[in-house]
Amino acid sequence: MDFAVDLAGIVLGGLSAGSVLFVVSVGLSVTMGLMGFVNLAHGAFAMFGGYVIVLAMNSAHIDFAAALAIGFVATAALSVVLERVLYRPLYRAGELDQVLLTIGLIFIFIAGITIVVGPESQPLELPSTLGGQLNLGFMHYRTYSIFLIVIGFLIVFGIWLAFERTRIGAQIRATVDNRRMAESLGINVDRLFAITFAFGSGMAAIGGGLGVEFLGLDPQYALKYLVYFLIAVSVGGLGSVVGVYCASLLLGVLDFALKLYLPKGGTIFIYVFTILLLLWRPQGLFGRRET
Amino acid sequence: MPPRQPHTPLLPPRITHPAAQALARRHRLRWWEVLPWAAAILFYFVVPDYLGFGTELLIAVLFALSLDLALGYAGIVTLGQAAFFGTGAYTVGLLAFHGIWTEPITSLLIGALAAAVVGLLSGLVLLRTGGLTLLMLTICIMELLEQAANMAHDYTGGFDGLASLAIAPVFGVFEFNPLYLNTQFLYSLAVVLVCFLFLRTLVYSPFGQSLTGIRENLLRMHAVGSPVRRRLVICYTISAAIAGVAGGLWAQTNAYVNLSVLSLDRAATVLIVLILGGYGRLYGAFIGAVVYLTLEHFLARIYPTAWQLGLGVLLVLIALFARNGILGLGETLWRRYLQWRASP
Repeated sequence: MDFAVDLAGIVLGGLSAGSVLFVVSVGLSVTMGLMGFVNLAHGAFAMFGGYVIVLAMNSAHIDFAAALAIGFVATAALSVVLERVLYRPLYRAGELDQVLLTIGLIFIFIAGITIVVGPESQPLELPSTLGGQLNLGFMHYRTYSIFLIVIGFLIVFGIWLAFERTRIGAQIRATVDNRRMAESLGINVDRLFAITFAFGSGMAAIGGGLGVEFLGLDPQYALKYLVYFLIAVSVGGLGSVVGVYCASLLLGVLDFALKLYLPKGGTIFIYVFTILLLLWRPQGLFGRRET
Repeated sequence: MPPRQPHTPLLPPRITHPAAQALARRHRLRWWEVLPWAAAILFYFVVPDYLGFGTELLIAVLFALSLDLALGYAGIVTLGQAAFFGTGAYTVGLLAFHGIWTEPITSLLIGALAAAVVGLLSGLVLLRTGGLTLLMLTICIMELLEQAANMAHDYTGGFDGLASLAIAPVFGVFEFNPLYLNTQFLYSLAVVLVCFLFLRTLVYSPFGQSLTGIRENLLRMHAVGSPVRRRLVICYTISAAIAGVAGGLWAQTNAYVNLSVLSLDRAATVLIVLILGGYGRLYGAFIGAVVYLTLEHFLARIYPTAWQLGLGVLLVLIALFARNGILGLGETLWRRYLQWRASP
C-alpha cells in the first residue's frame, strides 16, 4: 500500500511538473513547426512572463489569476515586437544565425532582468485556496499540483479544440504541413506566424508564472531549463500540440521518479532516453516525417 | 598511316584562365599568414606578465578551429563541441591524476584519440539527422557526458574536479611551472601551430573541398556520388580529435579539470568566438578568440552584467548584419574601398 501511495505521489508530482513544462513549451513547438525557426529565447520569454507575474503579485498586490493574464499580455506584446523587428529578417537564414540571434536575446534578457530587478531569486506567494492539501479519497496531495494538472489538461484541450475547430487552427495545420502550398492558397503566413508567436510566448509566460513555485525564478532561468524545453519539443514532435503534451508529461514523471530513486545524476537517463528516441524517430513521437 | 607524333613528356595542362589560376593558387601561403604567429612570439617577449592569458587565448583559438572544421567547412550546426573538449581534458586529467601517464605530448595524443572515439561514435548516429534534431542530439551527448563525469565522483572528483595535476616536463626538460608560464605558453603555441598546419592542409585538400560542397549544396554532392555521410563522420571525428587536443592542453596548462569543460556555457562560448571572428575561413578563430577573450578579460570581471548585455547585443547585431563575423566585415569594407578607389 505504501508503495502504491509512493507511486501515486511520483506520478502526480511528475504530471504537475510535466504540465508546466507543456504550458511553457507548446508555443515553442508550434512556432518551430510553423517557421522552422530555432528559437532558443523561448525560455527567456517564460522568464520575462514569470517576472511580470511575480512582480505584479508581490509589488502591486494583484491576485494570481489577474497577474497571469497581465503576464500573458505583456509577454505576448513584447514577443510580437521582437518577432517583427528581429526574427523576421532571419526566417530564411540558416539555423546558425537563428541560434546566434536567440542566444544573444537570452543574454540580453538575463542581463536586463539582473539590472532592473536584481540577481536574487523571486518568491511567489500562492493564493491560500491553492495552498494546502487536497483529499483525493485514497491519499492527500498538494492542491497546487492537482491544480497544475487540471490547468495543463484544460490548456491542451483548449488548444487542441482551437487547432481542430477554428479557421486559424486549420490554417496553422496547413502551414505546418506544407508552407508553400499554404501560401499559394492565400493563407497569410506572415500574419499567422505573428499571431502564433505572440500566443506561444504568452503561454510561455503563464507557464513561467505557474512554475515559479517549484522551478524558482532567477535571471538564469532562461538558460537553466532551456534544454528541458527543447527536449520536450523535439521528443514530442515539431508542431504537434498533443505530442508536446505527452512528451512533457513523460519527461515530468521520468524526472520525478529518477530524482527520487537516483538523486545523484539520475538526469543522465533523460538524456539517454532523448538520444535513443530521436535516433528511433528523428521527427519526434508525434511529428511528421520531413520530406 | 599518319606520321607518328614526336614523343612529348606528359605535362600538367598549363593553367591560363585567371579564375583557374586563382583556384590553383588558393592553398598557397600568403605573406600575412605569418602575422598571427609573429604576434604570438611578440606577445611572449613584450607582455610576459600575461602569459597565462596568452595560453588561454591559444587554447581558445585551437578549440574554435576545431569547431570551424565541423561548422564552418562542413556546415554541421552543433552546440555540443564541449563534449570533445571535455573528453580530452578529462582523459589527460584522469591519466595524470591517478599517476598512470604524465608525459604531456603523448597524453595529448591519447586525449585526442579518446575525443575522436566519442566523435566517431556520436557522429555515426547523430549525423543521420539534421536541423533541430541534430542540434538537440549534440547538446544531449554533451550533457550526458557532463552528468556521467558528475556521477563518476570517485574517479573524476565530481563537481569539484581534479586539482593539482602533475604533468611531466615537456621532452623531459621543460617543466610546467605554475608561477612562470613560459613553458605552458610556448608548448601551447607549438601544439596550436602543428594542429593549425594540419587543418590548413586538410581544408584545402580535395577532402576539404568536398566538405565545403556538402555545406553549400547537399543534394548536389549526393548527386555527384560523394559519400556524404562518411565524409561528415570523418570530418566530425577529426574535429572532435582537435577539440580533444585543446581540452587536453587546457587541463595540462591549468593543472586541473572540472565539470566546466563539458558545459553548455563552454560550447556556446566557442561558437560565439568562432562566429565573431568569421567561420569557414580558419583565421576567424584567431580574430574571434583575441577580440572575445580580451573583452571578457578586461570587462567581464569588472562589469559582469554589462558584459553579458553587451555580448547579447553584439550577437544580435552579428546575426542580423554581419553573418561572416569581423573578417567578413573587414573583407566587405576592403572591397568597398577598392571599388571606391577604382571609380573616379
